Amino acid sequence: MTDKFISIEGIARRYPGAGGGETTIFEDLWLSMKRGEFGCVIGHSGCGKTTVLNILAGLDQPSEGAVIVDGQAIEGTSLDRAVIFQSHALLPWRTVLGNVAYAVTSKWRNWDRARVKAHAQKFIDLVGLTGSEHKRPSELSGGMKQRVGIARALSITPKIMLMDEPFSALDALTRGTLQDEVRRICLETGQTAFMITHDVDEAIYLADKIFLMTNGPGAVLAEIVENPLPKDRGRIDLHRHPLYYAVRNHIVDFLVSRSKTFAATVTDHDPRNVPVVRPGKPELVVAAEAEDSIEASWPSVARPSTSA
Amino acid sequence: MTSSLRFRAAVVSIVLLAAFLGIWHLATRSTGAVGNMSPEYAKLMGLTATQGKSAMPGPLDVGAKLWEHLRQPFYDNGPNDKGLGIQLGYSIARVGFGYLLAVIVAIPLGFLIGMSPLISRALDPFIQVLKPISPLAWMPLALYTIKDSSISAIFVIFICSVWPMLLNTAFGVAAVRKEWINVARTLEVGTVRRAFTVILPAAAPTILTGMRISIGIAWLVIVAAEMLVGGTGIGYFVWNEWNNLSITNVIIAILMIGIVGMLLDQILARFTRMVTFPE
Ligand SMILES: Nc1ncnc2c1ncn2[C@@H]1O[C@H](COP(=O)(O)OP(=O)(O)OP(=O)(O)O)[C@@H](O)[C@H]1O
Ligand SMILES: [Mg+2]
Repeated sequence: MTDKFISIEGIARRYPGAGGGETTIFEDLWLSMKRGEFGCVIGHSGCGKTTVLNILAGLDQPSEGAVIVDGQAIEGTSLDRAVIFQSHALLPWRTVLGNVAYAVTSKWRNWDRARVKAHAQKFIDLVGLTGSEHKRPSELSGGMKQRVGIARALSITPKIMLMDEPFSALDALTRGTLQDEVRRICLETGQTAFMITHDVDEAIYLADKIFLMTNGPGAVLAEIVENPLPKDRGRIDLHRHPLYYAVRNHIVDFLVSRSKTFAATVTDHDPRNVPVVRPGKPELVVAAEAEDSIEASWPSVARPSTSA
Repeated sequence: MTSSLRFRAAVVSIVLLAAFLGIWHLATRSTGAVGNMSPEYAKLMGLTATQGKSAMPGPLDVGAKLWEHLRQPFYDNGPNDKGLGIQLGYSIARVGFGYLLAVIVAIPLGFLIGMSPLISRALDPFIQVLKPISPLAWMPLALYTIKDSSISAIFVIFICSVWPMLLNTAFGVAAVRKEWINVARTLEVGTVRRAFTVILPAAAPTILTGMRISIGIAWLVIVAAEMLVGGTGIGYFVWNEWNNLSITNVIIAILMIGIVGMLLDQILARFTRMVTFPE
């Protein structure tokens, strides 16, 4: 019980549907994470990933259930949970420094200017934006904007980082660099992180646990994949690790076929005790290898971006 | 390229102005003495009849008169003879007061309407009915209740400039991007600080656009209002000079109204540019 730093307990989200009824995006969703863990959610578009993240952030309320963080049910947003938005969400009338300083002054209201500036500068340096402090967001490239978003989130030294497809709009090279930075920062500071992604390689590189969601509406958390790769994995030689293809094929296989058929084929699914899978057990490696052909016919899902 | 375009545009403007002045001059110049006429009759009819001169002053007459006004803009020879500068000053002061009052009312109220769907819906019917009323229609009511013509004019300016500001503020505030609000929410920024640090800067360009529309309308309305209430102001000046049959002064007043209106608009345009942010 004590090792659950984040615990999502039976949450549901419903929207008023057409004709007076209700559409259930998901219900009875249970999920937990340990302190310092990095979790990635993967699932098809529209299954409710952003909704889960917004509920975790406190930006949205569940129709049922509760979210417990550090032993307390959350009520609304908190400075302990920083969000990195998919669309970076920088305030365009403020400079880079101004955007980070805004977060810093929000957390430490009585700090004087010099102290706020020094603190903000530290995080701007951390994400490699030294020299661009006085630029406005409109003068930055997409990757630089995303870095400001990361600096802003980190500057309030949150307990949890929530990231909604933070790198999906970036080119492969920038994405790789930022992935390295996020991983380094998370390992160094022992951050607990929760991230949504569509990129299987990104999930394998960053995550300790990968949450697989089935298609909506009525999406369920089907499976938790524990990453069998060692903690000191590198992004460049990720694909050389003997277990890499086992994990990757397992996830791709889920996305390609099982995410659709899950509800129909698995009848004894217990949402409170979602099966934890560690691909790399011999039988799973074999099973995955047999499905190489599926991966080849789905190049968009099996993005070979890290094999460069 | 752009500088040469600007240069060419300036040349065309000057040519157009010269052509306009030229045609005006030709159309209004004297055509020489008109036949024989008894001297008494000629004296009675003035130059219009005797010299074939048009009743419409030419550009040279207007220019000379304008020069006279510009040399002495602030003279004051009693209620019906004041310098142009004084008259314009009265009008600008009335617009300024009424407009300022409108800003004080419209911007906070617009914020409320933009932030609260309840208030927005509750006030909507009132706004819908009050907005299309011609500001001058309020004049009798204002004169009756306020009993002061000058303050009534200020009230009319207030009522005509309040709507564009109110609606633009409400719209700008309601249309602030959700993600910026969410940033403030995740940083636990309180309502008041959020209003000043996120909503105000985000909505400022829209609010300033409303203010710019308002100042234009206020300047249009003040002339009509002063024609009604009389006493002082550029609108009254136009009407008074019309009664004096001094078309030259009427033309000069029209020119001045245009120039002041342009300046007011330029000032607001500059403020708008200052708060606009590139995305
Ligand atoms: N305000 C709303 N009203 C009704 N339905 C909504 C609303 N917001 C979201 N939904 C529905 O909720 C579902 C989940 O949306 P969500 O944004 O969480 O998807 P997602 O998994 O993040 O998708 P993507 O990968 O495309 O970002 C969608 O089917 C969407 O249609
Ligand atoms: Mg999403």
